[in-house]
Amino acid sequence: MSRVLVGVKRVIDYAVKIRVKPDKSGVVTDGVKHSMNPFDEIAVEEAVRMKEKKLASEVIAVSCGPSQAQETLRTALAMGADRAIHVEVAGAEYDTLQPIHVAKILAKLSQDEKADLVIVGKQAIDDDSNQTAQMTAALLDWPQGTFASKIEKTDGALTITREIDGGLEVIKTKIPAVLSADLRLNEPRYATLPNIMKAKKKPLKKVSAKDLGVDLAPRIKVVSVEDPPVRQAGSIIPDVDTLVAKLKEGGHV
Amino acid sequence: MLQKTCRDFAEGELKPNAAKYDRDHLYPGEAIKKLGELGLMAIAVPEKWGGAGLDYLAYAIALEEISRGCASAGVIMSVNNSLYLGPLSHWGTDKQKEQFVTPFCTGDPVGCFALSEPGNGSDAGAASTTAKDAGDKWILNGTKCWITNGYESKASVVFATTDKSLKHKGISAFVVPKPIKGLELGKKEDKLGIRGSSTCSLIYEDCEIPKENILGEPGFGFKIAMMTLDAGRIGIASQALGIAQASLDVAIEYASKRIAFGKPILKLQAIQNKLAEMALRLESARLLTWRAAWLKDNKNPYTKEAAMAKLAASEAATFLSHQCIQILGGMGYVSDMPAERHYRDARITEIYEGTSEIQRLVIAGQLIKEYGLN
Repeated sequence: MSRVLVGVKRVIDYAVKIRVKPDKSGVVTDGVKHSMNPFDEIAVEEAVRMKEKKLASEVIAVSCGPSQAQETLRTALAMGADRAIHVEVAGAEYDTLQPIHVAKILAKLSQDEKADLVIVGKQAIDDDSNQTAQMTAALLDWPQGTFASKIEKTDGALTITREIDGGLEVIKTKIPAVLSADLRLNEPRYATLPNIMKAKKKPLKKVSAKDLGVDLAPRIKVVSVEDPPVRQAGSIIPDVDTLVAKLKEGGHV
Repeated sequence: MLQKTCRDFAEGELKPNAAKYDRDHLYPGEAIKKLGELGLMAIAVPEKWGGAGLDYLAYAIALEEISRGCASAGVIMSVNNSLYLGPLSHWGTDKQKEQFVTPFCTGDPVGCFALSEPGNGSDAGAASTTAKDAGDKWILNGTKCWITNGYESKASVVFATTDKSLKHKGISAFVVPKPIKGLELGKKEDKLGIRGSSTCSLIYEDCEIPKENILGEPGFGFKIAMMTLDAGRIGIASQALGIAQASLDVAIEYASKRIAFGKPILKLQAIQNKLAEMALRLESARLLTWRAAWLKDNKNPYTKEAAMAKLAASEAATFLSHQCIQILGGMGYVSDMPAERHYRDARITEIYEGTSEIQRLVIAGQLIKEYGLN
């Protein structure tokens, strides 16, 4: 198994308090702290570990987004990725960029770069889509191992432990494959100073979706973005019968 | 990216343990080793000798983030970087660098800086520790006190008089390995703050060191000390900023949750006035610190700016930590909240590496020179 393609997304930092724009068109992103999607950090870490264990020869980090996505790619390089590809998507096109577009981009790049493995985070913390890995696998007609909490390579095949609702599921897939990283897969490393310095010199290639033959026309239209409703006070119920009655009343059962 | 790495490390590894290091006077050896692995114990040392080869602005930012997590880790990092590795990288011979720089970039071992004596702190020119020329060796006699990293360090930059008649022009710098015959350590000081770092006296009695352990030329020691302290001041300023920032974080977080007079005290003007003043002093000190670092990185004179940074940042640290306790009220006075530790940690920043009074003299001296009136 030689090349691993890792998808990383620049998202609003998890610790930031999200504010909705007054015109309800989206959330405030200007001047707000952004970081690499935490699940993508785990994906990068897994890829770098594979390289260290000599299970992979090269790790390529990919990000789709505006120019600031390059910062996220530099972080991936500082963690140990060998090179990076920035697919520049900006402005209105970026506002309507969806997993289907990203999946097409990742699929094309995997073919161009002759990757054997694609790893992405299971979902991004801004849209919680949980679709990119699955769509990418379908487009490539590759097997998929999503919600991976353990990945082992055994002779041209992968044994993947998946976290599912009922517990853990172990599957085996052939290579090439698409994987998505779940929380307990690993603990990402801190980027050391020497690696941060080295990252500056690693190659970062810029391409456009058009170069890859991917159409970014929007498939959705954002109608409005609103804050979740303010939590209402509850009420204390005297007994179970009253509870059942109230639930039926409110249409909850 | 550097700031993020340091902040993540400080939040993940230092902040949760800082109270323990303080309460039990524990040297955070494991954390320091990890700092070494990240390259943070030798930030400005050239890569050739084992350092990260970054500039002083990077150092200032990194040190502030680390100190924000744990002030003790901050001072250990600062002393190793600025006071120990600084002079050795600058004035050390290649052989000295191999022996005393490269191994000290990893976080284990660490070094220390021995200038102060029981008889002179601010009056550094009056150093009474002597180094006698004995042919193929030097013999050191004297006591150094208040030495940070005194216990754990495996080498020290020591200042001693080689010619008393030349007064401060007769002071030379030496690098002395530890432990060594003729060196005894005094008791570990029981300090008000930064209790995770060890502070003790180094007592030299007929301590013999090889002739080649002199750092720079004989008589050049005072200059080395002063130039090293200029850089060290940027370090300590950054440490003070970290403590100040930590205090601000605690104060705002608490004020947003504490309800009094029917609303969070964050909404009350008295508290808002305090927070505004705190933020102002912190930001001003930070800009002074970054400017001093920038001047140094661009090879400009920076003595005045470094002194201003250290003065502003240390006074900001004591002001912010004081106000933080005030905002927390009774909660600020107990060890359940870190406010009292920040208060105790902040206090030393106005004293070491040049007291606030000395900083004022340095600034005035530079000012007079600038106006051509000396």
